[in-house]
Amino acid sequence: MSAEAARAAEAAARRSYGKLIAFLAARTRDVAGAEDALSEAFAAALTDWPRHGVPRAPDAWLLTVARRKMIDAARQRRLGEGAAEHLQWLAELAADELDEPVVPDERLGLLFACAHPAIEPGVRAPLMLQAVLGFDAATIASAFLVAPATMAQRLVRAKAKIRQAGISLEVPAHAALRERLDAVLEAVYAAYGEGWADPEGTDARRRNLADEAIWLGRLLASLLPDEGEALGLLSLMLHTHARRAARRNEQGDYVPLAEQDTALWDAALIDEAEALLTRANRCDGIGRYRLEAAVQSAHAVRRRGGRTDWAAIEQLYDALCVLTASPVAALNRAVALAETQGAAAGLAALDALASDTRLADYQPYWAARAELLARSGAHDSALQAYAQAIGLERDAAVRQFLQRRAAAMVNPGS
Amino acid sequence: MEYMLLVYSDSQAFEALSESQKSEGLAAYGAYHTALEKAGVLRHSNRLRPADMATTVRLQSGKTQVHNGPFAETREQLGGYFLIDVADLDAALSWAARCPGASHGTVEVRPIWAMGAR
Repeated sequence: MSAEAARAAEAAARRSYGKLIAFLAARTRDVAGAEDALSEAFAAALTDWPRHGVPRAPDAWLLTVARRKMIDAARQRRLGEGAAEHLQWLAELAADELDEPVVPDERLGLLFACAHPAIEPGVRAPLMLQAVLGFDAATIASAFLVAPATMAQRLVRAKAKIRQAGISLEVPAHAALRERLDAVLEAVYAAYGEGWADPEGTDARRRNLADEAIWLGRLLASLLPDEGEALGLLSLMLHTHARRAARRNEQGDYVPLAEQDTALWDAALIDEAEALLTRANRCDGIGRYRLEAAVQSAHAVRRRGGRTDWAAIEQLYDALCVLTASPVAALNRAVALAETQGAAAGLAALDALASDTRLADYQPYWAARAELLARSGAHDSALQAYAQAIGLERDAAVRQFLQRRAAAMVNPGS
Repeated sequence: MEYMLLVYSDSQAFEALSESQKSEGLAAYGAYHTALEKAGVLRHSNRLRPADMATTVRLQSGKTQVHNGPFAETREQLGGYFLIDVADLDAALSWAARCPGASHGTVEVRPIWAMGAR
């Protein structure tokens, strides 16, 4: 019985955490208070449910208990700033008894609050992971390579900002929505990137992070079915995710995209990604994620024996460069150029980026440079670029791959 | 701000590697060293002879005590350090993650506490 209750509580936590936080914090804007109250409600469930059975509507049960805890907490801090207003909101919240045992979904508003322009960009993705998915600060800190105490502090500060600055937890109106949506998508993609950066998948919590970012992407795509960029981001993440098993061979060595065994790609995920991209392209406008998803789609043609469509990829990166002015897009454009027009053209494009300080410590820039120099026979310069790429790489398998690539260039026979 | 990146690793595991693995490992450290230099953040760095080369000294009740071996017997021992000067802890952690020691051992990041500073 107790095990069953614990499982039910865990399932409710997994399914409804963000929904409950969003609903509890919607009016009070007190995300930290909602988190505290909800964790107390979960603790209460673990003692109550084994004794009285799992309630028919676990979410509504948790919400009722959490609401009571929030009201108690607010009464205790009665003298604090804005207490009267806060109590008023909570009274409304309490009066707002649910007729249906279904908690209304206000997560979208919470996502927009987490990515509000007033919130420092670097903390937006961490804040989403905590408020919507319930990740603890230590796990988030590891993923984003920040000291746990620092991450905890940044999250506390961001939540205080939401409450004190009165950041709304409502979904912005249509005109502002598109503008603010970019920040939401960017934070979700940042979370995905950090999860993806654990290619060995050895860190279960981290692997989970990429999955959870996709889950957020699905949430956004389902709540905003006509926003091409929301669909585009999900398509992009699914395309990349479909290849996760092919990034390492059986010995654990790194396998670059061009050499991946396409049989190891997840066909169902690619199909889903392609369908999303088609839908995205029917929506208004043009955007970064749709373009990036299209690049991945051009790589995915290899799975049916096709050849990577480098001409299309070059054009897509052209568009991305114009749209975003991102040095990473320019770097990728140079790599595509090397495929369509040869290494010299690619190198010339890389040279044009050499003075961009944002790329000075960026490993892929040096790896691309090394590769193209090696291809054009400039071995000494290639070795230097390889060394720089190796020195900047975090992942031991990629480091080893680059070392072997450099060694193979020097001794082609060995 | 200055930070010391202290690399702890199992020197016996290193000794157990093949010659080519060893030289690959050392070359990775060389590349890391050069990348730190190029970024203009490296103050100083060195590796240390294995912990069984260590001798510890302390005075107890006015008498010197000299021991063979390291201060603490643990599997992972201090094997080297990088003293770097970067903007903040985030930047120091980002360099620590690139250190080959973070893959095969542990990199401890400690802020320098200058004499006279509070």
